[in-house]
Amino acid sequence: MKLLEVADLRVAFDGVAAVDGLSFDLGAGESLGLVGESGSGKSTVALALLGLHRGSGAEVTGAVRVDGTDVLAATEAGLRALRGARAAMVFQDPLSALDPYWAIGDQIAEVHRVHTGSSRRAAHERAVQVLDRVGIPDAARRAKSHPHEFSGGMRQRALIAMALACSPKLLIADEPTTALDVTVQAQILDLLHELRAEDGMALLLVTHDLGVVAGNTDRVLVMRDGRAVERGEVAEVLGAPREPYTRELLAAVPRLDSPRERPDGPKDVLLSVTDLHRHYPAPAGGTAGWRGLLGARAKLRAVDGVSLDIRRGETLGVVGESGSGKSTLGRLLVRLAEPTSGEIRFEGEDLARASERRLRPLRRDLQMVFQDPVSSLNPRRTIGESVADPLRVHGRSGQQLKAEVGELLDRVGLRPDWYQRYPHELSGGQRQRVGIARALALRPKLIVCDEPVSALDVTTQAQVIRLLADLQAEFGLTLVFIAHDLAVVRQVSDRVAVLRHGRIVELGTVDEVYESPQHPYTRGLLAAVPVLDPAEADSRRAARAELRGRERAAALTA
Amino acid sequence: MIRFLLRRTVSTVLVLLAMSAVIYVVFFAAPHDPAVLVCGKGCDGARLAVVRHKLGTDLPVWEQYWQFLHGLVAGRSFDSGTDLTRCAAPCLGYSFQTDQPVLQMVTQRIPVDLSLTVGAMVIWLVLGVGTGLLSALRRGRLAERALTALTLAGMSTPVFLIGLMLVMLFCAYLQWMPFPSFVPFTDDPGQWAANLVLPWLSLALIMSAAYARMTRSSLLETLAEDHIRTNRAYGLSERRIVFGHALRGALVPVVTMLAIDVGQILGGAMLTESVFGFDGLGRLLVNSVNQIDLPVVVGVTLFAGFFIVIANAVADVLYALADPRVSVA
Repeated sequence: MKLLEVADLRVAFDGVAAVDGLSFDLGAGESLGLVGESGSGKSTVALALLGLHRGSGAEVTGAVRVDGTDVLAATEAGLRALRGARAAMVFQDPLSALDPYWAIGDQIAEVHRVHTGSSRRAAHERAVQVLDRVGIPDAARRAKSHPHEFSGGMRQRALIAMALACSPKLLIADEPTTALDVTVQAQILDLLHELRAEDGMALLLVTHDLGVVAGNTDRVLVMRDGRAVERGEVAEVLGAPREPYTRELLAAVPRLDSPRERPDGPKDVLLSVTDLHRHYPAPAGGTAGWRGLLGARAKLRAVDGVSLDIRRGETLGVVGESGSGKSTLGRLLVRLAEPTSGEIRFEGEDLARASERRLRPLRRDLQMVFQDPVSSLNPRRTIGESVADPLRVHGRSGQQLKAEVGELLDRVGLRPDWYQRYPHELSGGQRQRVGIARALALRPKLIVCDEPVSALDVTTQAQVIRLLADLQAEFGLTLVFIAHDLAVVRQVSDRVAVLRHGRIVELGTVDEVYESPQHPYTRGLLAAVPVLDPAEADSRRAARAELRGRERAAALTA
Repeated sequence: MIRFLLRRTVSTVLVLLAMSAVIYVVFFAAPHDPAVLVCGKGCDGARLAVVRHKLGTDLPVWEQYWQFLHGLVAGRSFDSGTDLTRCAAPCLGYSFQTDQPVLQMVTQRIPVDLSLTVGAMVIWLVLGVGTGLLSALRRGRLAERALTALTLAGMSTPVFLIGLMLVMLFCAYLQWMPFPSFVPFTDDPGQWAANLVLPWLSLALIMSAAYARMTRSSLLETLAEDHIRTNRAYGLSERRIVFGHALRGALVPVVTMLAIDVGQILGGAMLTESVFGFDGLGRLLVNSVNQIDLPVVVGVTLFAGFFIVIANAVADVLYALADPRVSVA
């Protein structure tokens, strides 16, 4: 009997099947990647393995057997004995998945106590031990910290530590790295790999990212609309996919080694930035005593002396990890944020010092597309109204306005008669198209796109990127493309700026930066990007391990 | 923490100053002359002028206000030339209608409201939070329905109706307890409690429904959070999840509401006091407004405001203690 057996699993919500007749199994120590786009039912499967749909009104049929426990038939007590002890789950969003009121060590210790009946002290020791195991430095002290005192990567590690507390046989990881930067993602995946090799746990890795699967599981199962589309060894499925859908998915994945062909000639400068700064007062708690009382506060330098030129008609990619200041820079470029000092020269005008009245006529030339198309559209207004707003501000009305909005919707691939629809009626990709239509409405010269595709599935991502490229060619747009995903940036950009701690560490053409990165930080970023070739993924992992070993040795001798 | 207390103290003083200034202006604009009331029947013009001079109402309003502030710090004496009334510091004013310093009138009545509030609070917390818990976790069961009906009925019935009905039932027909009259705790704790049971109940019934609703919605919201799903996925029992993890977060808004309510009721529960004939701050305020006893109105209002400001500060501290992400600084 296998460790995990799923046969003809069907999960329906209100009669609609999210998972529809799925079967798979997993032996002790094996690993399987469950891949699919959002809505494919992959997370629903993960929850069903631990019987977490109970009480939610979902209708679950079929058979799920985990380590001998019949999950669908088990009593509550029987399920509780399984959950966390023999099969443990690592959730996606590590901030909300931990109790904000409890110290991290206490949360892990509680799990250990519940399952082993160990003493408080023994459970706490175990918590420190597993935190140390997942690489939390100074684990004994950090166990007393609360989740908000940890960084995103450390929280994800803490969640993995919680999963390890009772040495389970099966680890279910649901998008364990989606919210993380690429370097942190690589660390977490390496950690999972290492744990599996050493402790012999079986791993079910649920993800939308084929690159994540490539280097980290033996087998893969591609899901679509609640059914299995294709399954097999990772190298086979990714190397020679049989099904059209798998091929489509693979083709949509942005790759580091796919440069785009673009003629480039001498271009004049559209917008030029010189020694731009944006500082914020540091968060409360950073200061103490009487000086703090008088208002003297430490500064957070979000953008710290950036100089660059943006040429007419080009796409400038801006990459960096969270906290690097890339979003702040984007807002400064279109003057949605006010710079602390520096110069932003656009068409002979210094935007940095221009008054709001001087800026208003320029605003139509400078537009922005935001990351989250859900929260950047007003949920109580129709999408037509949202797109019409900028036109209305600039004096359009009546039938002409309606016609122009219709044209815009049509241009971004939406139906013109969707004017009356509300954002919640659209998918993520469609909402992002609305955001692009709105930015496009006034025929701007420059559009700053802040993570425009990072909330989207790979196939949708590819469509939106294609749309942006078409629009750029058609209207001669200049784009600033901000993203944390290096592969996406490579695909769309002519030149790339790598941002770190508010400064540009490297700036050059795509080929220069990606083929021969000069700065060690850029090299580290590139080495961390997941690749689709399992063999290549393994060698990269080895290289990363060696690099870490060398750093550790250097730290010891220093 | 020290910074927080310092800032809070300064803002409390500023709020109270602003409040007193507004009250002075409002009552100065009122078309009554307090001196006429003090002077009494058959008062002639000359006598009235003397009274005005003694009360200080012959001065412009800002000067009256200044004397009030000065009296708070240094005490003050009211002198008409012929007779002198002393009011020792901190002088909150002097009621010539009752011939007492305002501070004394207020402090005499504080124990009444304090007793009323503390006892009622215990009952409405138990009843409200209990009902809220039941309705979040055991929806539709008999006990839950009965409690929800009770608290809703309590909230929608005016206190003078509940209070009178309780008194009629328990004191008149059944004769289980005495007609309530306030007995200070220091005199006889048993009698204190026995006399307060009915006022406590009627006040608590009004308050508890709001707490039941707040507890219910807040707990359901917390139970839907991701970290509760983590708890479930790690085999914790529902009891452990609710009492160990969910309740703490769920009660934070309840505590905030509690602090504000308590502050408000401490400053006078007019209806409850009136129904049961208790001489508390609420009745004092109503009476002195009716008699245009300006110094008393100012004094009671300042105290009520003081309680509310303090309660808010307490709520902030509790909030920070409950939630490690919040710091009072």
